Amino acid sequence: MILKTTIHGFATAVKGLLLTVRHLFGAKKSRETRDIRQADYFEKQEGVTTVQFPHETMPIPEVARYQLDVEIDDCIVCDLCAKACPVDCITIESIKSPEAIGKTSDGSVKRLYAAQFDIDMAKCMYCGLCTVVCPTECITMTNQYDRSTTKLTDLIYDFGEMTDEEIAKRSEEWTRFQADKEAAKKK
Amino acid sequence: MGDILLHILVPLVIFGFIALFTLFAVYAERKIAGFVQDRLGPMETGKYGLLQTFADILKLLQKELINPSAADKILFTVAPVVIFVAVFIGYSVVPWAPNFIPANTNTGLFFIMAVVSIDGLGILMAGWGSNNKYSLLGSIRAIAQMVSYEIPVGLSLIAAVMITQTLNLNEIAFNQGILSTEKIHFLGFWDVSEIGGIFAWNIFQAPHLIVVYVIFFVATLAECNRAPFDIPEAESELIGGFHTEYGGIRFAFVFLAEYAMMFLVAMLGVVIFLGGWNTPLPNIGALKLADWTTGLVWGIFWTFAKSLTIVGVQMWIRWTLPRFRADQLMNLCWKVMIPIAFACMAISGLWRILVMN
Repeated sequence: MILKTTIHGFATAVKGLLLTVRHLFGAKKSRETRDIRQADYFEKQEGVTTVQFPHETMPIPEVARYQLDVEIDDCIVCDLCAKACPVDCITIESIKSPEAIGKTSDGSVKRLYAAQFDIDMAKCMYCGLCTVVCPTECITMTNQYDRSTTKLTDLIYDFGEMTDEEIAKRSEEWTRFQADKEAAKKK
Repeated sequence: MGDILLHILVPLVIFGFIALFTLFAVYAERKIAGFVQDRLGPMETGKYGLLQTFADILKLLQKELINPSAADKILFTVAPVVIFVAVFIGYSVVPWAPNFIPANTNTGLFFIMAVVSIDGLGILMAGWGSNNKYSLLGSIRAIAQMVSYEIPVGLSLIAAVMITQTLNLNEIAFNQGILSTEKIHFLGFWDVSEIGGIFAWNIFQAPHLIVVYVIFFVATLAECNRAPFDIPEAESELIGGFHTEYGGIRFAFVFLAEYAMMFLVAMLGVVIFLGGWNTPLPNIGALKLADWTTGLVWGIFWTFAKSLTIVGVQMWIRWTLPRFRADQLMNLCWKVMIPIAFACMAISGLWRILVMN
């Protein structure tokens, strides 16, 4: 009984050793990146799988589910993305404008200034809901994923392009417009 | 005066060798582990990660020596020294080349067996002195394992020694090649005293010595606590076993001892079974390959090549086989290897009387 187990153990050990030595010598070459749709995808098992990341990267789609990017010129500051976000990582402050500011590239009329458009990438869970609800498709997910930093606040991406003076000027413009309207009503 | 200098120089050279070998072996180990698992191993420190182990040892040397407050100060401090010295002394009686041996003693083999057993004592000191349950469990396992596996190692060596008729490792190595003073018979029938080479190695002097070598190899693997017999260290269950509490240079010494032990048992196996410093190339007619490849430098080269191959096999086994369970370990030792080793010992005796006369 015990002898049988031992012989069996030795036989399987030799089998295992042959398997590992095959991999040991197979490590001379790297495994190539291949399309998963190929029929023989799982058959080619030899070679090193490591991708030495900073020096070489795996190919990924241009618009993959990685970090967010906002094309602020196309944004109509509708706040839908901030509302859709399950983790509330998008903070938007808007200032109303007395008249239309301009048009986005798809023809929507912009009536709000984006005083603040912050996305906290440390909170983002990469669900992509904000990109779905965006009416002008100005918020997109990119192929950027390699971002490491020593400061957590570095991960708050500020997409708003307005300076403090500009913000002050625009809000004053709007208050004056409101005041003018009130004054016109009272007359 | 010159004698004293030599006595100081030789241990220093051996120590330097052990340190360098450990650095090289750790690197090789990590690379082999990587390749076996389809990874690359260390790649960033230096070209192909060649400086990785130097960085590791620098880190270990810089670290603070921490004494756990509950530890037994004396045992805890002395243990790494005992562990290392036990293995280190073992190197004093193994030959590197013809007559190139630190101490040419008639009881060399016995001496090695005696001092290497002290290693177990050091491990017990480390485990007990750490005053930590993981360490204690590890050292309990280590002692159980080392005491058990000392027996098949001893029996397999006796089986070989019955054929060689000497405990002097220098003579054992001499009698396995063209420099032999006695007649050598390949498997007992073919006189190869002049041909030498691989045929003259002890492992081929009698057919059962191949089995004996396998027993010796497996048992020494257990002696140096290597996978698949690494239950005393068992990272996944016992953190580090007996060396859990060690850090810095003390850990480095425990580590050094482990790799020195690996090389020592590989070298011992090579000297006793695989021809020691003798060349594997035989004399074929006018092609005196064995004559050409025997000498001081060649001897050192062959000892190195053979021992490193065996160390390589030890690593290969480590990264292939899972760990034994304690009961399987004891079963293998007491119910399989010891009976077979006894049988081989009996065959050795009969072989010596009936065939080698």
